Amino acid sequence: MASVELKNVCKSFGTVEVLRDVNLALEGGEFVVFVGPSGCGKSTLLRLIAGLEDISDGDLMIDGQRMNDVLPAKRGISMVFQSYALYPHMTVFENMAFGLEQAKLSSDEIKARIAQAADMLQISDYMERKPRQLSGGQRQRVAIGRAITRQPRVFLFDEPLSNLDAALRVDTRLEIAALHKRLADTTMIYVTHDQVEAMTLADRIVVLNAGNVEQVGTPLELYARPASQFVAGFIGSPRMNFIVGEVAAGHGAATFGIRPEHVDLSRDKGLWKGTVRLTEALGSDTFAHVDTETAGMVNVRLAGAEPIGEGEMVFLTPQPDAIHLFDASGRPVHGARAA
Amino acid sequence: MSAAPDISPATARASARTSRLSRERIRSAWLFLAPMLIVLAGVALYPLYRTIWFSFTDASLDLLGEARFIGWRNYLEYVDYGNGDGEWFGLLADSRWWRSVWNTVWFAIVSVSLETLFGLVIALVLHKKFPGRVWVQAAVLIPWAIPTIVSARMWAWMLHDQFGIVNDMLQRIGLIDAPVAWTASPETAMIAVIMVDVWKTTPFMALLILAGLQMVPRDMYEAARLDGVPPFRLFRRVTLPLIMPALLVAIVFRALDALRVFDIVYVMTPNTDATRTMSVYARENLFDFDRFAYGSAASTLLFFIIALITIGFIYATRMNLEGDER
Ligand SMILES: Nc1ncnc2c1ncn2[C@@H]1O[C@H](COP(=O)(O)OP(=O)(O)O)[C@@H](O)[C@H]1O
Ligand SMILES: [Mg+2]
Repeated sequence: MASVELKNVCKSFGTVEVLRDVNLALEGGEFVVFVGPSGCGKSTLLRLIAGLEDISDGDLMIDGQRMNDVLPAKRGISMVFQSYALYPHMTVFENMAFGLEQAKLSSDEIKARIAQAADMLQISDYMERKPRQLSGGQRQRVAIGRAITRQPRVFLFDEPLSNLDAALRVDTRLEIAALHKRLADTTMIYVTHDQVEAMTLADRIVVLNAGNVEQVGTPLELYARPASQFVAGFIGSPRMNFIVGEVAAGHGAATFGIRPEHVDLSRDKGLWKGTVRLTEALGSDTFAHVDTETAGMVNVRLAGAEPIGEGEMVFLTPQPDAIHLFDASGRPVHGARAA
Repeated sequence: MSAAPDISPATARASARTSRLSRERIRSAWLFLAPMLIVLAGVALYPLYRTIWFSFTDASLDLLGEARFIGWRNYLEYVDYGNGDGEWFGLLADSRWWRSVWNTVWFAIVSVSLETLFGLVIALVLHKKFPGRVWVQAAVLIPWAIPTIVSARMWAWMLHDQFGIVNDMLQRIGLIDAPVAWTASPETAMIAVIMVDVWKTTPFMALLILAGLQMVPRDMYEAARLDGVPPFRLFRRVTLPLIMPALLVAIVFRALDALRVFDIVYVMTPNTDATRTMSVYARENLFDFDRFAYGSAASTLLFFIIALITIGFIYATRMNLEGDER
């Protein structure tokens, strides 16, 4: 059970500051997801923990030990790269054994560890193949398998699903969740720009924005109580409706936020009157984009395949306890909850 | 369990359309290739054909038009002296020729090996980031940028037995007592030629290898860092196998060049058995000794020897010319 702690960690490349004063405390065995838009510094943060980049300022502790100057190989971490980083000229077995040989393990021990990992990931059948003879999903498993055999204290994933197609991504996501259950003692840090992956996998989510930690919390905390307008917009799919002007001002805020699933639609009465401009029927849900007079365009989620026609006149009412209010700087406005 | 092939008119039309399309493509491909093929035929194929033809004639330099076919006599001929005695003549029985074949092969093996080794070391250094790397890269290329004739002449002076700076320096630091005739003495002539070739061509090798090194994905090294792989093992087990295709191409390039070596030898050590290469031998016969047909035979053999060695090397290293190794 290895805890990971970052204290005032900063990272600059030359004069460009990529991470600013990051403070995080991850508990042992936790599954933590770093999420944020592309370029916000997620990979950099992960690489600092791995030791692939030097920390410009601040401290990194694993299990209470300062790790800033410890070699990557001695930190007790494994990393699954976005590109898998398998050695193309080695077989699957050799790929997995290469690092273990370095760790001076006996060949029986190496074989046993590889067999166990291969079994867990169902890759035993391709141990003699080269990476190029494998599909993307199989390569991904090999990369994960290679990381498992090191028996790390901390497991790092950098966007491991981004090179897979949609169906495979869902399967692999479930497998990673299962892996976390099996390796319950291993702390896992997972980087993604996809908030759905974050919500489904994480015990806790760290939302990053332009090198700053915006919020840390469980998926449902972030969903219910976003600490900023950025988090409110980033977490949840489709994204929250942000309404400015009159409606927001009426609540004493600069921005009025309401998620599509928290707007009630009625054909005869409600708060905002509007016209349906566009509908997206997904089968399980239907999303209606309604052009309202007072609140502008509002996206509304309807359960099931709601027969609603484009051009139809409707009324919308936001659920009062699901309203989010933000000031001009994007901070939440408290005490003004009541509609 | 296969379904009956679909031969409905629609699919038949479709396949006729694609094949017409591909015929069209093939035709325009030939159209684009034609100028180059014609030029190649004019400047490479035709001279080759003429050389091979002359090697089967009794042509001499001023009577090229009156060359007569004489079969294999330039290559090998048994002359019977009538008294039960006889002798073999021709290129294949000429010990001077075989000496120059050996000189060439020896030169190629030693110089290309050294160039590969030094090129690899330089490429590995240049691959690292350090201040002023661009300048070092440019500086390393200077020997390659100097025309061979110029650098051969330059080195010939520097290696001169009486006035050369090399002897002077070696004597000053006490490595040798008396001046050495580097290019003139048979023991050192080949060493001198090889040294100059290595000096000149290592930058080219380094550059080709550097290009190969830059193709290796960075995360390969990062994965190895996480595994704590020490530098030498990393080089042997990861870097070297990954740059091997580029390395082999570079070696073949250089070997082809080295096997035809002419200018360095001709300028630095003219007319020495110790360094006479196949090209020098062929030129001597073609133009100096007025044995044009005989020189043509040497050129023809030179061509086939280089072709054989190259094919042998490609085959032996199972070189992947398609480049899909990764
Ligand atoms: N080696 C580097 N040198 C300079 N800038 C870098 C380097 N690595 C990353 N950056 C910059 O740091 C920022 C964050 O990058 P990264 O951590 O890769 O983002 P993310 O993984 O969140 O998409 C980007 O603006 C990127 O350009
Ligand atoms: Mg990234």
